[in-house]
Amino acid sequence: MADVALRSVVKRFDDVEAVRAIDLDIPNNEFVVLVGPSGCGKSTTLRMIAGLEEVTEGEIYIDGERVNDLPPKDRDIAMVFQNYALYPHMTAFENMSFGLRLRKVAKAEIRQRVEHAARILDITDLLERRPKALSGGQRQRVAMGRAIVRNPKVFLFDEPLSNLDAKLRVQMRTEIKRVHQKVKTTTVYVTHDQVEAMTLADRVVVMNNGRIEQVGAPQELYHHPTTRFVAGFIGSPAMNFIPCRLEQNGTGLRVRVSDTIALPVPPTHASRCRSVAGRDLILGLRPEHLTEPRRGERDDGAAFDITLDVVEPLGMETMVFFNVNGNEICGRVDPASARGPGESMRLAANVEHMHLIDPATDAVL
Amino acid sequence: MTAAALAAPAPPRRRSSLSRNRRWALITSYVFLVLFAIFFLVPPYYMIVTSLKTDAEVAHMATNPWIIADGVTFDQFKLLFTDTDFLIYFKNTAIVTLCVVAITMVVSVLAAFSLGRMKFWGSSVLAAGIFLTYLVPDTLLFIPLFQIVRSLGLLNSYWGMVLVYPTLTVPFCTWIMIGYFQSIPKELDEAALIDGAGHMQMLLKIFIPVALPGIIAATIFAFTVSWAAFVYPLAFLYSSDQQVLTVGTVQSLIRADVYKWGMLMAGALVAAAPPLVIYAFLMDYYIAGLTAGATKG
Repeated sequence: MADVALRSVVKRFDDVEAVRAIDLDIPNNEFVVLVGPSGCGKSTTLRMIAGLEEVTEGEIYIDGERVNDLPPKDRDIAMVFQNYALYPHMTAFENMSFGLRLRKVAKAEIRQRVEHAARILDITDLLERRPKALSGGQRQRVAMGRAIVRNPKVFLFDEPLSNLDAKLRVQMRTEIKRVHQKVKTTTVYVTHDQVEAMTLADRVVVMNNGRIEQVGAPQELYHHPTTRFVAGFIGSPAMNFIPCRLEQNGTGLRVRVSDTIALPVPPTHASRCRSVAGRDLILGLRPEHLTEPRRGERDDGAAFDITLDVVEPLGMETMVFFNVNGNEICGRVDPASARGPGESMRLAANVEHMHLIDPATDAVL
Repeated sequence: MTAAALAAPAPPRRRSSLSRNRRWALITSYVFLVLFAIFFLVPPYYMIVTSLKTDAEVAHMATNPWIIADGVTFDQFKLLFTDTDFLIYFKNTAIVTLCVVAITMVVSVLAAFSLGRMKFWGSSVLAAGIFLTYLVPDTLLFIPLFQIVRSLGLLNSYWGMVLVYPTLTVPFCTWIMIGYFQSIPKELDEAALIDGAGHMQMLLKIFIPVALPGIIAATIFAFTVSWAAFVYPLAFLYSSDQQVLTVGTVQSLIRADVYKWGMLMAGALVAAAPPLVIYAFLMDYYIAGLTAGATKG
C-alpha cells in the first residue's frame, strides 16, 4: 500500500536515451498501465521502479521514500515477468514461498499466506506441481501468486500476458482485474496492447520515444487525445487521419477533405479552431464515427457518397474501406446496410467526434 | 466355407516410402551400433579373460588367447592386492581425485557464476582467457610446473597432484558451467533479486539446482581427468608410497621387458571400476548436461 512518484527520471544506455525525463504520480492502490510501441521506454521505466535498472538522472519515490539507491529486495515490490520466471526446480508452493522463506517468515504463516493466495487465484490443487507440469495460464497464476504472498507495497507487471494465446489472454486479463479488486495494491502494468491497457487501467500512461505522451483515464484518452500519436494508438481499428483544409463557411467553419467532400465543424470545436482557418490540417475520425446515415435524421451536411474498395464483415458490424485523394479510410457500418466492393454507398461522419490535428506540432487542437 | 472366408481378402497395403525409409534407417543404425559395440567391448573382454588366467596359461603361446582353457583363477587379483603396492596407489588416487573434484567444482562454479552472470569490466575477456589456458597441453606445462611444485616442497607428494591437476580441470569445467549458467533465463535472477536473494543465495538456491546436469557433467569430467592423469604423476612422483594408480601399476608390473600381463589386466580392471560406477550412476545427467543449451528447452 503505497504511492509511487517519478521525478524527471532519465535512463541512458551508453548514447541511447531510453527514458527522457518523465514525471508521474501514482496514488495509493491505483492500477496504472504504461502502454506504447516497443522501444518506447515503458519496460525500462518499470525496471527502474523495480530496481533492476539504475536511474541515470531523477528520482523515484515509493511511499515517500527515495529508492534510487535501494536494491530491489529492500523496495518491498513484487514483479510478474513476461516469461513467468518461475524457478523450475521448485513446486508451485516453493516458488510462491521462496521470498518469504528468504525473509525467515514463520512456517505456519508462510503456509497460511500461500494458501490464501492460492484460493484467490484458484490454484490450490496445483501447489505441489513443478512449473513443467503446469500450462501457460497456470504458470502465470503461480507467478502472480508469488507476488501476492509477499504482500508488497507495489505490484509490477512486465507484459505478463504476451506469452499466452489470444483466448487465455482475455481470460487472464479479467483474472488480473479481479485479483486487483480483491487485493487492493498499487499496480504498475506494462503492455504494448492498447486493449489490455484500456480494459485494466484506472489510468493509462501512453509512452512514445522515451516520453509520456498523455496520462488519463481510458475514456479520456479515447475521447480526448491530446496528440496525434495517442489518437492513433488508442482505439481499434485505428483512427483515420485525413489531410484536409479548414475553410470559412459563412459564419461557421468546415473541413474540406476533397473537391466533393466537406464536413461542417460543429460549434463546440469551431471556437478553438477559428484561429487556424485557412490552414492545412489533419482530420482525425475514428471508424466508428464514420457510418451509414441514420434513417429519419436530417442531413447536416456531413454525409457523402463513396465507392467501396474492400468490405470486411465481422459479424456484428462490417468494416468498409474506401479511398479519398489517395488516403485509405475505414468506416464501420451495420452489416444490413453494407454494400459489396466496387459499389457506391452513402456514409455520414459523426462530426461531434472529429479531431483536428496541427501537422506541424502533431497536437490535437 | 464361412461368409468371412468368402469375403475378398483386403488388398495388400502398400508400404509407404516413409516407413520403408525408417526401416532402412533402423537397420543401418543397428549394423553400425553392433559394430561399434564389438569394437569397444573387445578390449575389456580381453582384459577380463587375461586377468582370470594363470601366468602359465598367459605365457603359453599355443593356447587360444580369447578363452580360458586351464580354469578360472583369482590368483592375479590376490597377488596384486598382497604382493604389490596396488592398494596404496588406489588409496592415493582416490584421495587426490576426491580433493581435485572438490576444488575444481568449488572454483569453477564460483568462477562461472561471476564470469557468466555478474557482468563486470573485462569479464568476457577473462572468460575467453580461461578457456585458452585449457588449450595448452600438460606435456608442455609439466616442465615449468616442476619448478613450482619443487619450490613448494611438494615434489614426490600426492598433495602436489592436488595442486596441479586443477590446472587441467578448472578451465574446462568453468567453460562448461559458463555456458550452462548463460542458458538460464535472466529473469530468473531478477525474480530472485526481487524475492530478496543475495548473490550467494541466488547461486546456491537457484543456479546450482537448475544447472545440476551441467555440474554433474563437469564433475564427471574432473573425475575422469584426475583419475586417469599420467604425465604429471610420472614427472612429479617417484616413491611407491606416494604413487597413483596409472603410473604405479605400470612401474611395478612392468620390469624392463618383463610384463606381468595377468596382474596388469587385473589392475587395469580394478582401476577402471570407479569411473565405470560413476558413469553408470550419472550417465543420464551427463548426457542431459552435454546436450543442454543446444536446443531451447
